[in-house]
Amino acid sequence: MPNITIDGKTVEVEPGTTVIQAAEKLGIELPRYCYHPGLSIVGQCRICLVEIEKMPKPQVACYTPVTDGMVVHTQSEKALRARKDVLEMLLVNHPLDCPVCDQAGECWLQEYYMRIGQYDSKMIEDKVKKNKALDLGPHVMLDQERCILCTRCVRFCDEISKSHELGIFNRGDHAELAPHPGKRLDNLYSVNTVDICPVGALTEKDFRFEARVWYLEATNSICPGCSTGCNIAVHTNTERTHHAQGRRVVRLKPRYNPEVNQWWMCDLGRYSFKSADDPSRLTVPMLRQGEQWIETSWEVAIEAVAQKIKSTAADRVGLWASPQLTNEDLFVLKKFAGRLGLTRVAAALAPLEKPVSDNFLIKEDHNPNTRGLGLAGFPVETKASADLLQQAADGKLAVLLIFSHDLSQSFAADAVTSALAKVPTVIFIGPNRNATSAAAHFILPAAAWPELDGTFTNFAERVQRLRRAVAPLGDARPVWQIVKLLGKPLGVILPYLESEDVFAALARENSAFAGMSYATIGDLGHQRGEEAAAVKARRLNQVPDKLRIIPIFG
Amino acid sequence: MTPNGGILTPLIKQNCQILRNYLEAGGYAAARKALAMAPDEIISEVTKSNLRGLGGAGFPTGRKWSFIPKNSPKPKYLVINADESEPGTFKDRYIIVHATHALLEGIIIAAKAIEAHAAYIYIRGEYVEPARVLQAAIDEAYKNGILGRKVLGTDYELNVYVHRGAGAYICGEETALLESLEGKKGWPRMKPPFPAIEGLFRCPTIVNNVETISYVPAILANGGEWFAQLGSERNGGYRFYSVSGHVNKPGVYELPHGTTLREILYTHAGGIRNGKQLKAVIPGGSSSPVLRPEEIDVRMDVDSLAAIGSMIGSAGVIAIDEDTCLLEVLEVTSRFYHHESCGQCTPCREGTGWLEKVLARMHRGDGNRQDPDRLWDIATGIMGNTICPLGDAAAMPVFGFVKKFREEFEAHAQYGKCHTGAFTSWQPPARPGA
Repeated sequence: MPNITIDGKTVEVEPGTTVIQAAEKLGIELPRYCYHPGLSIVGQCRICLVEIEKMPKPQVACYTPVTDGMVVHTQSEKALRARKDVLEMLLVNHPLDCPVCDQAGECWLQEYYMRIGQYDSKMIEDKVKKNKALDLGPHVMLDQERCILCTRCVRFCDEISKSHELGIFNRGDHAELAPHPGKRLDNLYSVNTVDICPVGALTEKDFRFEARVWYLEATNSICPGCSTGCNIAVHTNTERTHHAQGRRVVRLKPRYNPEVNQWWMCDLGRYSFKSADDPSRLTVPMLRQGEQWIETSWEVAIEAVAQKIKSTAADRVGLWASPQLTNEDLFVLKKFAGRLGLTRVAAALAPLEKPVSDNFLIKEDHNPNTRGLGLAGFPVETKASADLLQQAADGKLAVLLIFSHDLSQSFAADAVTSALAKVPTVIFIGPNRNATSAAAHFILPAAAWPELDGTFTNFAERVQRLRRAVAPLGDARPVWQIVKLLGKPLGVILPYLESEDVFAALARENSAFAGMSYATIGDLGHQRGEEAAAVKARRLNQVPDKLRIIPIFG
Repeated sequence: MTPNGGILTPLIKQNCQILRNYLEAGGYAAARKALAMAPDEIISEVTKSNLRGLGGAGFPTGRKWSFIPKNSPKPKYLVINADESEPGTFKDRYIIVHATHALLEGIIIAAKAIEAHAAYIYIRGEYVEPARVLQAAIDEAYKNGILGRKVLGTDYELNVYVHRGAGAYICGEETALLESLEGKKGWPRMKPPFPAIEGLFRCPTIVNNVETISYVPAILANGGEWFAQLGSERNGGYRFYSVSGHVNKPGVYELPHGTTLREILYTHAGGIRNGKQLKAVIPGGSSSPVLRPEEIDVRMDVDSLAAIGSMIGSAGVIAIDEDTCLLEVLEVTSRFYHHESCGQCTPCREGTGWLEKVLARMHRGDGNRQDPDRLWDIATGIMGNTICPLGDAAAMPVFGFVKKFREEFEAHAQYGKCHTGAFTSWQPPARPGA
C-alpha cells in the first residue's frame, strides 16, 4: 500500500488512489470542477493543480495516481500560483452576472475566487459572447456563457444515463456545450446534470428564479418515488413565503449513498415533492353531510369515526393500508388492527398502467415501502385488494378505512364508485384529495412525506430514515398519530410520543428490525442482517459531510 | 540544394514516389533485410543510430520502439504522423510527395520492429495532393507484393491505410491524433498511459513522424553507427530544415544536425532578401522562442537550442527582416494558436484567446504600459498547466518576443505605433496631458 505525504501529513492509501482522493482522506480540500468521483477522470479544468516533488510542472491531483513516497504540496507558491492562474482563466470569459445568476450562493467559481483568487482583474478586453437561456429539455436550461466546459454533464450523459445527448462543439474559447443536432436533454435522469454542474450553466427550470439558495434549508430524507429509496436532501424555503409561489419544499437533491443511489436520482422521484404543497392537500378533518363537506376538529372527527367502528362488528370493518406509509405507521396500524381483530385487510395495489422502470434506479414498484409492508405483516399480494373491493361491493363492509390510496388508479372508476357506495362509512386517511377521498364520509388529513419523521424499507431491505423537513400543513398529522388518536376511544392504547419511540418498539417486537435504531440507521440506512460492528465501521468511514453533501464534491 | 548529397535528397531528386525509380535507387533492400531480422535487432540498430523524433519532441526513436510490451496479447499499431501543421514547417510534405517509397519502406521496417500488422498514415486534411500521391504509391506497393498479406514475399502481413484529417492543428499532437483516428473529436488524452502501452483502440501503438520513419531504411541499409556519425553528438544523421520568411531562397534543406543557423540562413537560403538586415529568427516552427540576430551562430540541434532558451522543434526556420513589426508577427502567431486550441482544458482555451485580444488591442493602438507584463502573466498562466503541449506552444513565442524584443512592445504600448526600421529617429507624437 503506497504512502503519500501531502502538506506534511502522511497517509497510506489503496493502490490506484489518486492524489485528490488521498487528500480527501486527510481532510485536505483541493478545488475541482471537472473531477467528480462518479464520472471518468478527464483532468481538463486544471484547477486541482498541485506541486509534486521531482516533477517539473504542476500536476493535476485528480488524475495523478499516488506512488509510494510521493510528496505533494498543495499550498506551495508554485501550486497556489498555478491554481490562481487557472481560476483567472476560468473567469476571463465568464459573465460577471452573479447578482442574477441562479447558482449564486452555491457557485464554485465564487467560492474558489474567495479562497484562492482575489486578484484585480487584468482583463480589459471584450468577453466572448455565447447563447443565454438555451432550452435543453423538459427540465434543464443552459447558459452557454457561464459554462466552464468541465464536461461533467457530457460525461454523465455518456456514462451514467448512457443517452449521449450533449457534446462540446467548436474550438478554443468558442467551444460551447450544446445538445447534439436533433437531440434534447430528455432522459429520466436529466436533472442530475444540474446537480453536478459546478457553476450556473445548467439550471433547473422548476427551481429557476424561485428562491435564493441561501434562504434554503436542507434536510436529509428518502425519495418516496419508488422502492429504491434514493437518499435525498429536501430543500425547503420557509422564511420567505412570497418566494416560489409559496411552496415550502422547493427542490430535491440526491444525497450520496454508495449502497443505494450513489450521487444520482431520477427525474420522476425528483418532482415527487410537488404533492406536499399542492392545492389538493387535506389540512383539516372533514365529515360529509349530504353533498357538503364540513370542516371539523380532530376531537369531533375521531369521536365520530371511533363510534362508527365501535358500533360495527370487527368482520364488517375493512382496512386498506398502504406501501406509501412508513414502517412506524404500519407498525402502529398493525397493532391497531390486531387489537380490534380486523381481518378484512388489504394493502398493495397493482396500477392500471405499467409503471416506468429501468435497470438503474427506477423500480417498477413505485411505492417506497412495499418491503416494510410485508415485514409488518400486511398482505403484499394485490389479490387481497381485489378481494376487499369485492367484499365492499358485496355489501359485506360497514366501515372501510382507506389509507392514502386512490383506488381509481388501480381499478375501473365505475367499480370503485359502486363498491364504495355500498359501504355506509368510508374513512379516508391521507395527505391529498383524490377520487377516493371524494367518495369518503370522513377525511382525516395525514402529513405528507416531507413532513414526516420515520423510516422506509427499500426493495433490498435497507431501512432508511426520513426526516421532517417542514411541519405538517394545517392540522395534518402523521398516520401513526392519527391511529393512536383513533385507538384511544376504542380501548387500544398506543403509548408512543415520538416516531423514535415507535421504531424502538418495532425493533423490539419485530425480529425483522432487531438491532436497529435511528442511531444505527443514521444517514445511510441500516441493511437488514447487517452486523452492528459493520454499521459502526461504516459510520466511522463516512466521508466528511462537507465533502459529501455539497454537489460539487459529489 | 543540399551539400554532401544528403540521405533522402538523392531519392527526392530521383522521384521516388514512383516505385520503379525507388527500386532503381536500391529501394526496399533494407526492408528485405529487416524482415529477416528479429524485432530486437532492428530496434538495437535504430537505437545505435541516435535517430531522434523529427516531428518536434526529439525523443530517441529506438528507445520509443522498445517501450512496446513484448507479451501483449493485443494487436500493435504503427501510426505515422503526417499532420504537419506547425506554421513555418513544410518538410514532411516534400518527403511524402517525392520520397514516398522511402516512407513506405520505413513503415515496413518499423512495423516489423514492433510487430505491427497495420499502419495508419494520418495526413493533414489540407494536404490533398500529398495524400493522392501517397495513396497511389501504396496502391503500387500492394500491386507489386510489397504490402499486404505477404510483404516482399515473406510471411509477414502488413496493411497500410491513409487517413485524412479534417484540418485541426491539434490533431498533430499524438494522442489527439489517435482520438481523431478512432473517429472521435481531436482532444488530447491525459498521459499516462502513453501510446506505447495504450494507444490506438487502446492497444500498444507507436506514433512516429514522416521524416523520422523515412530515415529508417538508410539506417538499416548502412548501419546505426554510420547514421550516428553523420550527425552531432546525440543527434544521428541529417534532418530537413524548412526555411521561410524573408530569405532569398526559401525552401527545404537537408543538412547535418548541428549546422548553424547562420549557415542555414546565409549559405543555403541565400541571406535576407533585398539586402535587408535580419531582425529576428524563429528557429523551430512558430512555437519556438524567437532569437535575436546575434544568436544565430547557434548549432541547430535539440541541446544547443535548448541551452539558449529556444528549441529545434520541427526545424521550421522563419527569418524576419528589419521592416517587420514583431508585435504583428506575435499577434498573427497568437491568432493561430487561439484558432487551433481545441478548447478542452482551461488555460489554453481561455488564455490563447486572451493573448490574441491583448495583442490585437495593442496593434490597433489601444495598448498601455502594463501590456508587456500582462502578456507575460497570461503566458505564465498557460505554460505548463495544460493537458497537451499546445498551451506551451502558444505561450513560448510570447515569452520569446516579449523578453528579447521588449523595447518594441513597450513602444507599441506607449505610443500606439509600430517600431520598425529607423525607430531611433522617430519621435512620438505629443499626447494631451503628456
